[in-house]
Amino acid sequence: MSAPVVDFERLGPPLKGPSALGSDLRRFARLTWTLAITDFKLRFFGSALGYLWQLMRPLMLFGVLYAVFSQLGLGKEVEYYAVGLLAGIVLFSFMSEATGQAVRSLSQRENLVRKIEFPRLAVPMATVLTALFNLALNLVPIFVFLLAAGGRPLWSWFELPFLMVALGVFVLALSTLLSVLFVRYRDIEPIWDVVLQVTFYASPIFYTAALVRDTAGEVALKVMMFNPFAAILQQTRHAVIDPSHESAASAIGGAPWLLVPLALTIATVVIAYRVFDRAAPRIAEDL
Amino acid sequence: MLEPLVPAIVVDRVSKSFALPHERVHTLKEKALHPFRRATHDTLHALRDVSFAVEQGEFFGIVGRNGSGKSTLLKCLAGIYATDAGRIYVQGRMSTFIELGVGFNPDLPARENVEINAAMLGLTTREARRRFHAIIDFAELHDFVDLKLKNYSSGMLVRLAFSVMIQVDAEILLIDEVLAVGDAAFQQKCFEEFARIRRSGATVLLVTHDMGAVQRFCDRALLLEHGREAEIGDPERVGMRYLQLNFDAEARAEEKAEALAAEDPSAAKPEPSAADEPSEDAELRLGDGRARIVESWFEDEDGATATVLETGCRCTFRTRVRFDARLEDPLFGANFHNSRGDMVWGVNNLYDEKTGIFERGEEIIFAFSFDVVLAPDRYFASPAVANATGAAWHDQRVRLVSLMVTGPHPADGLLDLPSEFGIYRAPAGLAPGRSEPSAAEEPTR
Repeated sequence: MSAPVVDFERLGPPLKGPSALGSDLRRFARLTWTLAITDFKLRFFGSALGYLWQLMRPLMLFGVLYAVFSQLGLGKEVEYYAVGLLAGIVLFSFMSEATGQAVRSLSQRENLVRKIEFPRLAVPMATVLTALFNLALNLVPIFVFLLAAGGRPLWSWFELPFLMVALGVFVLALSTLLSVLFVRYRDIEPIWDVVLQVTFYASPIFYTAALVRDTAGEVALKVMMFNPFAAILQQTRHAVIDPSHESAASAIGGAPWLLVPLALTIATVVIAYRVFDRAAPRIAEDL
Repeated sequence: MLEPLVPAIVVDRVSKSFALPHERVHTLKEKALHPFRRATHDTLHALRDVSFAVEQGEFFGIVGRNGSGKSTLLKCLAGIYATDAGRIYVQGRMSTFIELGVGFNPDLPARENVEINAAMLGLTTREARRRFHAIIDFAELHDFVDLKLKNYSSGMLVRLAFSVMIQVDAEILLIDEVLAVGDAAFQQKCFEEFARIRRSGATVLLVTHDMGAVQRFCDRALLLEHGREAEIGDPERVGMRYLQLNFDAEARAEEKAEALAAEDPSAAKPEPSAADEPSEDAELRLGDGRARIVESWFEDEDGATATVLETGCRCTFRTRVRFDARLEDPLFGANFHNSRGDMVWGVNNLYDEKTGIFERGEEIIFAFSFDVVLAPDRYFASPAVANATGAAWHDQRVRLVSLMVTGPHPADGLLDLPSEFGIYRAPAGLAPGRSEPSAAEEPTR
């Protein structure tokens, strides 16, 4: 049968296939928001003690680590080591929760991806957004503990939003990359679990930057700070907890070196978006 | 016709194939161990060079057997799959209903779920809130608004999902086999809703393998077979082709097996071609051609052409006839079938006055007026012209036009006769003439 007789000039542009962002950015934002809010609600309103449970996880880990490492005499050189430890655990929980959930997010949301026209990037993004809501809640006890321990409000607290945005962008890029890789390679999930474990011990979460410098040397600390997560965590402690925690710039050996974690973050974002964007049209078929 | 509108959907030589890997490299480990092993795969051609256009306001059916590519086509239209070749043009806001209740979460109550589902389908949160009552009204779920969806029955779920869907108000709706939902009463409601959507001027694409639904609703239909167009046009003819394909399929499979066994396996497989299909104007038409039925249509009380009428109103069925020979006292008539194929009514002028003589080249319109006492459904009219005794057809056109009859409520049976309802008590002391009509909600017809 022949093609229909149609005045093609009067038609608009042809339909674009599925893509990362879709054709309507407002719809993209709305869907991301709806997904994130729904997840968040489910976690909290599923049980009456939802919020408490949400706080319990980092607090329990904190309790264990604090009991062990304060006995070992860690953190004597900084003020409020305990609160710094809690901050490290909260930030790490955010990263591990967001990326850990994001890995499977596309296959969990299979019915959205396969049954309606849905901007693909909204799926991992919503996962990160939900984790961000949780992070905001978990930041509360940090301030409570800090003030209870005798800490003072600091002007540098205003750095916190910028630091969290930087961390959010980095985590979003990781999540995006992981979610799309999982569609192709199902063993990404256990691999990522291992990477997260390594990151936990390779970041100054329960030990301090000074301890690394003293035991492993200046270079080891510098390399450690190349990890954007470690750099952001270090700076967060410096800005929020107490200036006796080294700043990221001093830990890495001079402010110019901070360009390395910055460049790594940007590279992760670019690579993640490229990979995701290229895979987006075929995600529905490959799932 | 005035200046033609831009078609709502144009599909221009669209092809789509899927790679079916023999063994799927699903892990990084595999990839790392065998970096140079190329995964072999078969290619499944789900759509091959499919082209068609859907006019604005059309109810268009896409039918085919399992694996014919109809769902793939819908997913390409919906923007879920990327096409390999060809272009798709869409004019207007489009909504896809491949699955009812996308995004429904069993742990949340109806209210939240309606908002989620509406957001998925393209409404803003504010629009969704504003339409919430209409949605719940249509679904008849007032008492269950705060019940979690996991406690809903499957019928309630479907009703809720369908209600959200029809509240989206898209200009183009893509619907995949969601008609077979709910109980009979709700189905009737859905069918009426489809009729309303049609009247509102929306374009609807319905993918199904239920030919009944296609013939009932669709203005035109496309039949896919092995990813190609097998037939496009009148639903009636498409339906017949579809049945033919189904019956042929088994025979063809046997034939193919024999042919493959006999021939060199490297020889090209004979593809079923669309070339030997009946041509565009082949329709069910009987008669010697001495008179020709040009067209038929229904008119409402005011003489306006109608394709949808409410039960209870007055209707006229008119048919234009051209005489290609001199005829004496021909008979004019029509049969009416409902969507299930039952003949509901046959009418002719056999017992009326003689019609007289008609000259060659003369053109007339004959008409039957009647009260629409039909139950809500789609009715097909087959007008005919016969000789004076009714023994031979000059022309009969089977299912030439159809009329959708809608009603305020579903009716059992073929007819919805005008009736009145009353309850008459007969206790002592009440005069036989006095009666108390019931105040029950049973309407007076």
